[in-house]
This record gives sequence, structure tokens and C-alpha cells, in this order.
Amino acid sequence: MTTPPAARPPEIHKEPSMLLQKNMLADYFTRVSKAREEGKKIAYTFVPGNLTELLHAFDVVPVYPEINALQNGMRKRSAKFILDAEKIGHSEDVCTYVKADLGMLLNGNVGPTGEIIPEPDILLLSYTGCFTFMKWFEILKQHYPKAEVVMLQVPYQGEGTPTPAMREYIVRQLRESVIPAFERISGHRFEEDRLREQLRRSAEAEEGLVFALQSARRRPSPIDAYFGGVYYIGPMFTAFRGTPECVDYYDTLREEIQNRIDAHAGPITPEGPMAEEKYRLIVEGPPNWTHFREFWKLFYDEGAVVVASTYTKVGGLYDQGFRHNPDDPLGTLADYCMGCYTNLNLPTRVELIEKYIRDFEADGFLINSIKSCNSFSSGQLLILRELERRTGKPGGFFESDLVDPRYFSAANIKNRLESYLQMLDQRRSQAVA
Amino acid sequence: MGYTLGIDLGSTTTKAILLDANDRIVGRGLTNTRSNYEVATAVAESEAKINAHFTFLKEAVDSSPKLSSQAAPLLNNLENRFHLVQHLHRVNRLRRQCLFEAAADRLLPHQPRLTTVLNALFDQIHERAERSFSTADVDRSRFFRDIVGSEYMALAEEQSRESSIALDLLMGLYDKSILVEENQVLDLSFVEAIQQAVEAAGESETLTRVQQKALREVVEEAASQTLEVDNMVGTGYGRQRLPFRKDQIRSEILCHGLGAHYFFPGTRTVLDIGGQDTKAIQVDSQGIVTSFQMNDRCAAGCGRYLGYIADELNLGLHQLGPLALQAKRPVRITSTCTVFAGAELRERLSMGDAREDILDGLHRAIILRAMSLLARSGGITDEFTFTGGVAKNPAAVRALTRLVEENYGTMKINIHPDSIFTGAVGAALYARHTQGGIA
Ligand code: SF4
Repeated sequence: MTTPPAARPPEIHKEPSMLLQKNMLADYFTRVSKAREEGKKIAYTFVPGNLTELLHAFDVVPVYPEINALQNGMRKRSAKFILDAEKIGHSEDVCTYVKADLGMLLNGNVGPTGEIIPEPDILLLSYTGCFTFMKWFEILKQHYPKAEVVMLQVPYQGEGTPTPAMREYIVRQLRESVIPAFERISGHRFEEDRLREQLRRSAEAEEGLVFALQSARRRPSPIDAYFGGVYYIGPMFTAFRGTPECVDYYDTLREEIQNRIDAHAGPITPEGPMAEEKYRLIVEGPPNWTHFREFWKLFYDEGAVVVASTYTKVGGLYDQGFRHNPDDPLGTLADYCMGCYTNLNLPTRVELIEKYIRDFEADGFLINSIKSCNSFSSGQLLILRELERRTGKPGGFFESDLVDPRYFSAANIKNRLESYLQMLDQRRSQAVA
Repeated sequence: MGYTLGIDLGSTTTKAILLDANDRIVGRGLTNTRSNYEVATAVAESEAKINAHFTFLKEAVDSSPKLSSQAAPLLNNLENRFHLVQHLHRVNRLRRQCLFEAAADRLLPHQPRLTTVLNALFDQIHERAERSFSTADVDRSRFFRDIVGSEYMALAEEQSRESSIALDLLMGLYDKSILVEENQVLDLSFVEAIQQAVEAAGESETLTRVQQKALREVVEEAASQTLEVDNMVGTGYGRQRLPFRKDQIRSEILCHGLGAHYFFPGTRTVLDIGGQDTKAIQVDSQGIVTSFQMNDRCAAGCGRYLGYIADELNLGLHQLGPLALQAKRPVRITSTCTVFAGAELRERLSMGDAREDILDGLHRAIILRAMSLLARSGGITDEFTFTGGVAKNPAAVRALTRLVEENYGTMKINIHPDSIFTGAVGAALYARHTQGGIA
């Protein structure tokens, strides 16, 4: 019989970069809430295919409904929002990011930090693979009739490779509709040099992010590339890309990870440094936010480290070589938009994960199938079978949701994860025998 | 080398399996004790040990030249008597508990009458048991609660009519007492019970003096065998809540895979439909899991669903399948949602559909859901083994057989009579082989 460990104070370990990010976010939400007073314009936009550098070049403040939704999920505010959205007629099957966002709107648009998020002046819809994006802003437009909607049509990567014509198509839209719209809304003329400056800093920060992501190739991995990874992508995927703060953040992160590498240490979990790396896993699919810490704990308690994930690529595949290029400002934005994970077809996704399994020497891979996200979830079982066939590594399958707590069953997920890890053990010992 | 024990803590029953050093099943234990997993484990384990003693006894009788000619009826009789002894022991315990509850302060005004009524009632239960256990084929799979519960209820109705004691009061006493009774281990050893059984058998059987002596000897020998458990592994729904060491806990997915392989070594795909979850498992030629799928947080389409339906129709769970087999014009049911099941059922009944036709549709709906899980886990590969409580239901089996044939062609479909023990068998195998470091 084991005795339960002595109760420990629920002190939550955070890396310096996490604390830094927390402050950055708090400042950001304050900036958003004060934007009107300061005479700034506000654009709502999506993470995949976001044109943050361009927005900053116009001094427009970006707001990301997806980020609000996930932040509200982590802060346990989303359940009520979702119910409120369902009350006005949005069905149970609608993406819960959308419903969490609408629910927040119905409740006075008080953001995750308790500050009001002002109405948008413009809804910038970069369409990168997920159909829901369109419907979402269509609904928002009904609520904000004064906001202008600009759509950037990003060709889906159905064939797997972008063509020059596609690139040209996006650049033309940027030039002919997106930029003029922002000039009109913001009252500023487009200054290409301001954009270049932003993009230069983006590229610098991107090096830092890639350093972090690639560090997981080591044994032990100094990071968890999923549960930790979602923090590491935070500044890059949202309102900070292209800013000096963002560069600073990635410098801090780099240093922190380097220290762990030097010390041969594993990732930092909310309960302190992770003990032993027993399993190296790849994860496909977004995490659950309402039980994020509980979900993570299921992994680190078992010694499972995620060494690469696809969710951390929704805002760009930097690890595959893409960098924003200040010498070709509009072309680089086009490349960026086309390459976001949500815009990739199934074969490309399979190839990417296969590459991760090999490059990061993973023991296996897991798919977290998100009930409300059709964009990610459709085809995941095909991905699973195909990856098993190609790599011989076993795949595991979970089901949960982004921000709807009703779809997170800890017991069920724990059971599946345990079963999966025990299956890995079995197969390992079989291989040795 | 001693024995290994596998425990499967399910959501409705707890199963125990004892394997000997050659991985042969020597004992099976099954209990519906629910409120406390530790007690459930202890009860299932003691049942498995008793069952093991019977296994030894059977072997001894079979190989005894004096007894082997009458082995089958003799053993059957002995086992019935043994269970009667156990049963009566529990009836007495229940009686005491009821009398104890009846002595509560608030019942004091009724107490003298209550005591009389309860005693009369239990005397009858006692008598009936003596009669019903002496028939040749007693259904030993029925739980104490099921047997006593219906008898008590019928007798309580009678008594309340005659004695003017409210039925509610009598039933209340029972409900409280049965919980207490169910949640304790039987304080009657195998030796004590078997000796009483032998006495009784000796009196009634047409055994010669020599045979009686031989019987006493083999019983003594079987009873004296110690059941040293070297290692144990727990699995199942409740495994997390047990004070087992981590290396003594295995996921039920792994255990079901290995257990199915044990019963049918040709197994490649396993479907398990239990009370609260459904699992589709693929295994390799060694019984090692290569892939699996299970239902998500929603228990739709699991055994529990049939439980609700049975309650809704005022039927026993075991009556559903046979009834569904009589369907003439099967109804298509789409929903496997446990919450909607009752409503859909009532609606269908009010529309004039026959019970058996609706039931056929409900069984099919469950299996359809399982088929989707199977597809997601990688399809069905020959041989296909069906396990879990629902595998005992003939209508579910029929629906499965048809759908498998339609979707995957002809397959060998295995259902083992001990299928309910599949997880426990896997656990016991892990207990043996992890210990030796084979893992
Ligand atoms: S469906 Fe998925 S990708 Fe689309 S908006 Fe919702 S969460 Fe995002």
C-alpha cells in the first residue's frame, strides 16, 4: 500500500517567460480597452493568417476572438457564454469558440481580464481553410453593423504546394482591397517601410521560437511542445509579432531553455520540473482549455512529454523554414497566410506529422479530436491510420473540446491515455524480447 | 509457484479470476457489491477462492475410484447445498440487520409487531430457499439481492395486508439492511460451509458408507489446499480508487485484449460492451493491443442503456434479449442516447408498436454504435471476439452477427461462456507475467 504524498501548497511553477507573457497579455488587454480613448481603431481578426504587422503599420489595434475565447476558457468563464449563445439559437454543434465569443458579446463584451473589449471598426477575415471563420464574422457583422468587413481569400493548399498565381492573387487583394480599407479606417497612409520594420523584427523573433521548438529534439526534451508550446507561440501568433516586446520575449525564452539544456533538465510543469522523460509523443489537434492544467497533469504524471505538436503551427510553420521577409513585404504575408496549418490539406498534414515522429524520435502520437472544430477534426482518423501504416508507431485518440467544459471527461481521457501508454510499454518490451 | 489473482472492477459488477502456475483458470468470483471497491474486491476474491476449492474438489472426486461413477450428480448436489448454506447464512445476517433497524427509536411503538412480522417473513424466505436450492439446476449466476429481494417484496406485501404494518415501512427496512449486507465479506469459511454441506448430502444421498467416508476425505483434502496468491493485478473502471501499487494496475483495454487472446488465441479484434463503456480493440498474435477506440464521455449505447430500457418496461435485464428475438416487424430506432431512450420507447409504444419489435430496434441501435467504434479502431479482422455483459444478450449477438456479416463478410465470431471474466483473466495473466519480468 502506498501512502498518499503529504499535501503540498498549491504553488504553481511558472517560467520567467511565462510571467513575462502574463504581463504582456495584461498590458495588451488594457491597451485594447483604452484604444477608443486613445483614438485608435480596432480590427477583429483570426490567428491563422493574421496580418498583425500590417495592422501595426496602420496603428490599428488587433483583437483576436479566438484568443478571447480560449482565455475565457482557461479562466472558466466560457461555460456560461456558450449556454447564452445556445439560448439565442446557436446549436450544440457550432464551434465553441464562436459561441464563447458570442456569449461574451451578449454579456457586455467584458474580456478575459475583466476589461471591456470595444466594438470593432473593421473585421479582417483572412480565410485560411476554416469555413467557420466566414460564418463567425458574418454573425459578428450582424451585431456590429457599422464595422466594415474585409475578406482576404487565401487559396486552400489542396494540391499541397502554393503556386505563383496564388501568391499573386493574395498580393493583389492586399494591395487592392485590404490596404485601402485600412487606410480608410485608420486615416493613415500605408507606409511600406513601417511594415518592413515590423517584419524584420518578426523574423528575428521567429528564430527564437524555432530555437524553442527544435530544442525538443534533445533527450530529455527541455520543453513540452504542446502544453508548454501553447505558451511559447502566444506572442508570435497574436498581437505582438513584429513588436520589440516580442523580440524580448523570445530572447528570454531562449535563455531559459538554454539553461535547461545546459542542466540536462526537462520541461517545467505547473508542479515544478518534470521528473523523468518516459515517453516522447507528438500531438495533433488543439488542446482543451477549460481543463488545461488537469489535461497536462495527466501527461506529466506519467512521464509523457510532447516533443512536437501541430496546434503550435496554426499561426505559421516557422519550424519548416518560413520567415517573414522584410524585402518582399506583401509577398511574404501571402506566403505566410497560405502556409498556416489550418490551410493545409490532409496529405501535407500526414507528411508533417510523419516528419515530426521521425525527427523528434517519438514513441508514438496522439490525436486530440475536438468536438467543435471541424477544420481540425475531419479526416483525423484517416491521418491516424496512415501514420500508423507509415511509421509503425501506435496512435492514440482522445476526444474533448476547446472551451466547452461539458466535453471534457477527465476519467475517460485518463483511461485512454493510461491505456495508450501501457500499450507503448508493452510494445517496447515486446520489441526488446 | 502459487496463484495469481486478477480483479476487474466494473461499473456494475466486480470480477475475480485465480490462475494457477500453468495459467489455468481455477477460480472465478463475481459480485454486484458496489458501494465500496475495497469490499467488492475482497468479496470477489473470496468467491474466486471458494470456486477454486470446488475445482479441486471436482478433480478429487473425478479421480476417486469410489466416487467417480457418481461424480456429476454428487458434485452438483454438493455445490447446491454449499450455496444453500451460504445463502442461509446471509439470510440470517439480513434478518438480524432488519431486526436491528426495526429497533430504531422512532419505530419503538411498532417494534413488537414488527419483530413478529419480520420473523415470520424471514422464516418463509428460509423455507423457500431450502426448497429452491435442492432442485437439480439452480441458476447460480443470480445475486443474493435478486433472489431475496423479490421474495421479500412479495412476502412483505402479504404481511402488510394481514398485519396492518405499512408496506413502505417494511421495504424501507429492507433497503437499508440489504445495503449493509451486500457490503460485507461473507464471514463463513469454505471449510465450515462445505462441512455442513457434506453432512446434509451424506444424509440425503444414496451413498454407501464407504462412499461417504471417501467423500469426507476428498472434501478435507480439497479444503486443506492453501491458495497462496503470489501477485495480483487490478483493472477496470474502479482501478484508480484501489490501494494497489501502480505496477499492480493495468488498463482494462490491455486486460481485455490479453483475456480475449487467452480464450481465443486467433482473436484479432475484440468488442467489449460493458455497463458504462464500449471498447473496440485490435490485438496482435500475442494478444498485445495495437490500437483501440472507446466511447467518449457519453455512455450512450452501453450496457447501462439496456438497464434503463429494462426498468422502463418493468422487465429484468436478462429478459430483454429473448423478448427482442421474437420481433416480427422490427422497428428502426436511431437514438442510443440513454436520456432519450425512455421517451422514444414510450412514444413508440403509444404509437402501437409491439414491445419486442421496439426492443429489436434498440438492440440494433446499440450494435450500430459499436460498429462505428469498431470501424474507427481499424475495422474487424478475423477472428472477432465479443465480450462483456452485453455479449450474454442473444438479441445483441444476433444484431452484431448480421451487421458484421453485412459489413465485413463472414467471420468467426467468438463468445466465451466466461466472457464476463475476460478483463479479470487478462489482469491475472499480467500479474503472472509482469512478475517474471516478461511484461
Ligand atoms: S472550427 Fe476550428 S479552426 Fe474553425 S474557427 Fe472553430 S476552432 Fe477555429
